[in-house]
Amino acid sequence: MIEVKDLKKSFGDTQILKGITTSFEKGKTNLVIGQSGSGKTVFLKCLLGLFEYESGSISYEGKNFSKLSRDEKTNLRSEMGMVFQGSALFDSMTIAENVMFPLRMFTKQSKSEMEDRVDEVLKRVNLDDAHKKMPSEASGGMQKRVAIARAIVNRPKYLFCDEPNSGLDPRTAIIIDNLIQEITEEFNITTVVNTHDMNSVMEIGEKIVFLKNGLLEWEGSSETIFRTDNEAVTNFVYSSELFRKVRKMYLEESD
Amino acid sequence: MRPLILKDIDDLIIGSLGIVAFISFFVGGVVAIQTSLNMTSPLMPKYLVGFATRQSIILEFAPTFISIIMAGKVGSFITSSIGTMRVTEQIDALEVMGINAINYLVFPKFIALTLYPFVISIAMFLGILGGLMACVYGGYGTMEDYVEGVQLDFIPFHFIYAFIKTFVFAFLLATIPSYYGYFMKGGALEVGKASTTSFVWTSVLIILVNFLLTSILLG
Repeated sequence: MIEVKDLKKSFGDTQILKGITTSFEKGKTNLVIGQSGSGKTVFLKCLLGLFEYESGSISYEGKNFSKLSRDEKTNLRSEMGMVFQGSALFDSMTIAENVMFPLRMFTKQSKSEMEDRVDEVLKRVNLDDAHKKMPSEASGGMQKRVAIARAIVNRPKYLFCDEPNSGLDPRTAIIIDNLIQEITEEFNITTVVNTHDMNSVMEIGEKIVFLKNGLLEWEGSSETIFRTDNEAVTNFVYSSELFRKVRKMYLEESD
Repeated sequence: MRPLILKDIDDLIIGSLGIVAFISFFVGGVVAIQTSLNMTSPLMPKYLVGFATRQSIILEFAPTFISIIMAGKVGSFITSSIGTMRVTEQIDALEVMGINAINYLVFPKFIALTLYPFVISIAMFLGILGGLMACVYGGYGTMEDYVEGVQLDFIPFHFIYAFIKTFVFAFLLATIPSYYGYFMKGGALEVGKASTTSFVWTSVLIILVNFLLTSILLG
């Protein structure tokens, strides 16, 4: 479980996060949604320890991240997996080497053990035959699946995804969303996904946190988000014609 | 770490040998021709062509001007490769994994560039050889005169001076471009700008340090 209390973060005079308090439960797919510029990525990077924050706290299973020693932080990071928006695969390595990278860095496994584990996770993300390809030879959807494979290869306790389906076609985006949810349930990990894709909200949002201008505006589930009266949430959710029709359908059903 | 060091040796050292060999050989030839053409007095001995070529190549051309060329080739490569990793969040990925990204990315380049004196030795050899070829086959003098000039008044400290400079320039070539790549912000356009800025500053510092070291060591 990840607990965030009164998290504040500024860049110069601009305050990006203005005191966010929330928690993310184990075994659930938690979504952080909000418009571009609402502070989602900064929030995620604070969770990962990539950004120092001014005040507040982030606790992993009760351990305050900012109070951990350097070694403890390194240990905790070895339990985190991250899927970046642009996949962030290492250009100079093959897909198999990319996935093997965290194992090489954090474990003392033999080469054959590492290769077996890489085979296992690449199979899990349906990329059995992509070992020797370079990232540049893979499609956007494949790159995202490789990034997921790399994130889970070390059996993490926490999985973070920054807009995992941005730039993907709707069909591939749903495959990626479902893969994230299946992995979360299968390995019983705490997953936090940054997105502004409402399809993801409907598909995998077990807990949803809505950020607006650096503040937590609303939190709930994929069911309650379509029934809320919160104006900021409804403006965001029903910004497209499709979702306005979905809402109408929900309201007619509840009547 | 060893595969990274070997890869950087391949990219930074082995990959530079071709251009360094080509430039050194022909610049050595041009130095010999220019020296010969400017020696109009019959009182000046012919072996001075070999002497002047050797001094120019060992003292300045090989260590300093090859380093400026390397600032363009190797420096831009380092800045753009690290900068692209920054832009595409690969450095963030390393940090999330708890890896010291500066150590992981810069240290192998630093170690690889400790072999830089090897490149400069080749530049010295080929520069003098190029001078010999141009002199003999261009009809500017005999091989005996040129070789006599190359051996004339040889001062071993000049080699020490040249390799002290080479080690210092290798340090500059590894660190300044890495700094500009690692701390860059923005997108693809900024990667290009960072590469240019890193080349300019590496060249400026090489010239200034060259002046300083020459004043200290030979002044």
